[in-house]
Amino acid sequence: MTDPAAEAGYAEHPPRMGFFTDTSVCIGCKACEVACKEWNAIPDDGGPLTGMSYDNTVGLGANTWRHVAFIEQRKPVATPAPDLDVLALAEQGDAADPFRWLMASDVCKHCTHAACLDVCPTGSLFRTEFGTVVVQEDICNGCGYCVPACPYGVIDRRQDDGRAWKCTMCYDRLGAGQEPACAKACPTDSIQFGPLDQLRERAADRVEQLHESGVADARLYGENPADGVGGDGAFFLLLDEPEVYGLPPDPVVTTHDLPSMWKHAGAAALLGVAGAVAAFVFGGAR
Amino acid sequence: MVPDAEFTSYYGKPIINPPVWAVPDIPGYLFLGGLAGMSSVLAAGAQLTRRPVLAKSAKLAAVGGGALSVAALVHDLGRPLRFLNMLRVFKVTSPMSVGSWLLSGYVPVAGAAAVSAVTGRAPRIGALATAGAATVGPAIAAYTATLLSDTAVPAWHEGFREMPFLFVGSGASAAGGLGLLAGPVTESGPARNLALIGVCAELLALRRMRDRIGMVAQAYDTGKARKYLRASEVLSVLGAIGAVVGRRNRIVAAASGAALVAASATTRWGVFHAGMISAEDPKYTVVPQRQRLRNRSEAR
Repeated sequence: MTDPAAEAGYAEHPPRMGFFTDTSVCIGCKACEVACKEWNAIPDDGGPLTGMSYDNTVGLGANTWRHVAFIEQRKPVATPAPDLDVLALAEQGDAADPFRWLMASDVCKHCTHAACLDVCPTGSLFRTEFGTVVVQEDICNGCGYCVPACPYGVIDRRQDDGRAWKCTMCYDRLGAGQEPACAKACPTDSIQFGPLDQLRERAADRVEQLHESGVADARLYGENPADGVGGDGAFFLLLDEPEVYGLPPDPVVTTHDLPSMWKHAGAAALLGVAGAVAAFVFGGAR
Repeated sequence: MVPDAEFTSYYGKPIINPPVWAVPDIPGYLFLGGLAGMSSVLAAGAQLTRRPVLAKSAKLAAVGGGALSVAALVHDLGRPLRFLNMLRVFKVTSPMSVGSWLLSGYVPVAGAAAVSAVTGRAPRIGALATAGAATVGPAIAAYTATLLSDTAVPAWHEGFREMPFLFVGSGASAAGGLGLLAGPVTESGPARNLALIGVCAELLALRRMRDRIGMVAQAYDTGKARKYLRASEVLSVLGAIGAVVGRRNRIVAAASGAALVAASATTRWGVFHAGMISAEDPKYTVVPQRQRLRNRSEAR
């Protein structure tokens, strides 16, 4: 398994910690959003009601580190437990007019290959011993480079403060042996926290269980270490395509292409010199 | 023109967070860096071939452009007083880190070259500084392309192969244009040539990029990006024609030079806005990634 903490130079370190967010049991209570705001003292950014179902925080940003998405679809509910007949029937609703409601708590993915960390010019963003990615707010000079570098649209610059902010996976709580505030507050265990390898096993079992009980839509997102970001430290079980939830279907860390970018820039610079030489050679006598 | 592909999104909201960089700071920073870097090359050539007026004006353009470029970057920071934190570390994975170090070395050297040229003092140190600035100059003009491309912004990232050629070309046409604007017609032959070469490189690189990047190219043909890039094309062509036709006329040459400088600036504004457009519309993120997944599963 990929070990970003060791790659970052930690000789000895605790196991890589992560989130497994199982959206099939999310009830959209937003306890995670609230707990995150409270624990991390994140400023209020409440605006007007958006009309986007129950979602009024819209997306992850400097002041929203957990974001619950609400998607209303004209699709039948796939019920995983046929023995709960009363509730199941209630959930099925009208077969002629199917409706389902997807809810998902999004968060920073703490990528194995993190673009935000790669492009940060001050070293403010760093890899922790837990394999997570954290901003040091006393270093950040607000250059904003991490913002468009993130393939998931997680990190953002806080307007009145000028610095970049995102989920720290409650680095302070982890250091004290506690679980992050969002996972602690989640009443359905939709947000599970633990060593990443254990979470991956648990997630694989859960998908299999859902497939067996007829939820064919269930799929994991971000769990694969062979994906474009080397796998996410926070991965998900989704019930539809990633883009339905506002997630990129095939994210790739931008620095994957950086060696080629530098080569092209070098070639362009040399061509610039050659062009200038030609300009003088054919510049005529003065 | 590629037709709009079917795609899904979350209430039409962008997938990536759009850049927080402001206009005119960041497009200005791109433009001024290109102008400065290629002016240093022009200055060295002018000095070698004994064109003192052209050399002096190019050196002033180099230090002025370089210093203003740094000022624009610092002004755009969320915490400008922490600018020096850029020099805490050196990271090749961060083109902004590389650029900060390049600029910190380049601006003082270009400054020394300019001071020596204006005062006539310490000509040896001035010559050395001129050579030094000309060595770093092309890198100053090129790295900003890598800076933009090294993001998840589709219009910038997808175009990473052509972007440095576009930027160096744009820098060359700005530097040459400024040489035409400032220099006497007896000295400005190389400036005119540099501008013409720059215009060709710029137009070719942009054309090639738009042909290669598929549906993402639409961002370059939308809204403000389209407006600025059209303006740039018109100014480039007018400037190039004027530079050739009016090569013996001081006024026509100067007007052509001004048009070329403006063309270079509008190119950067256009590229900047294309990036913003592609960041704010989720289709530019979703459609190419879906295509990539399809290609991969077909290849299997």
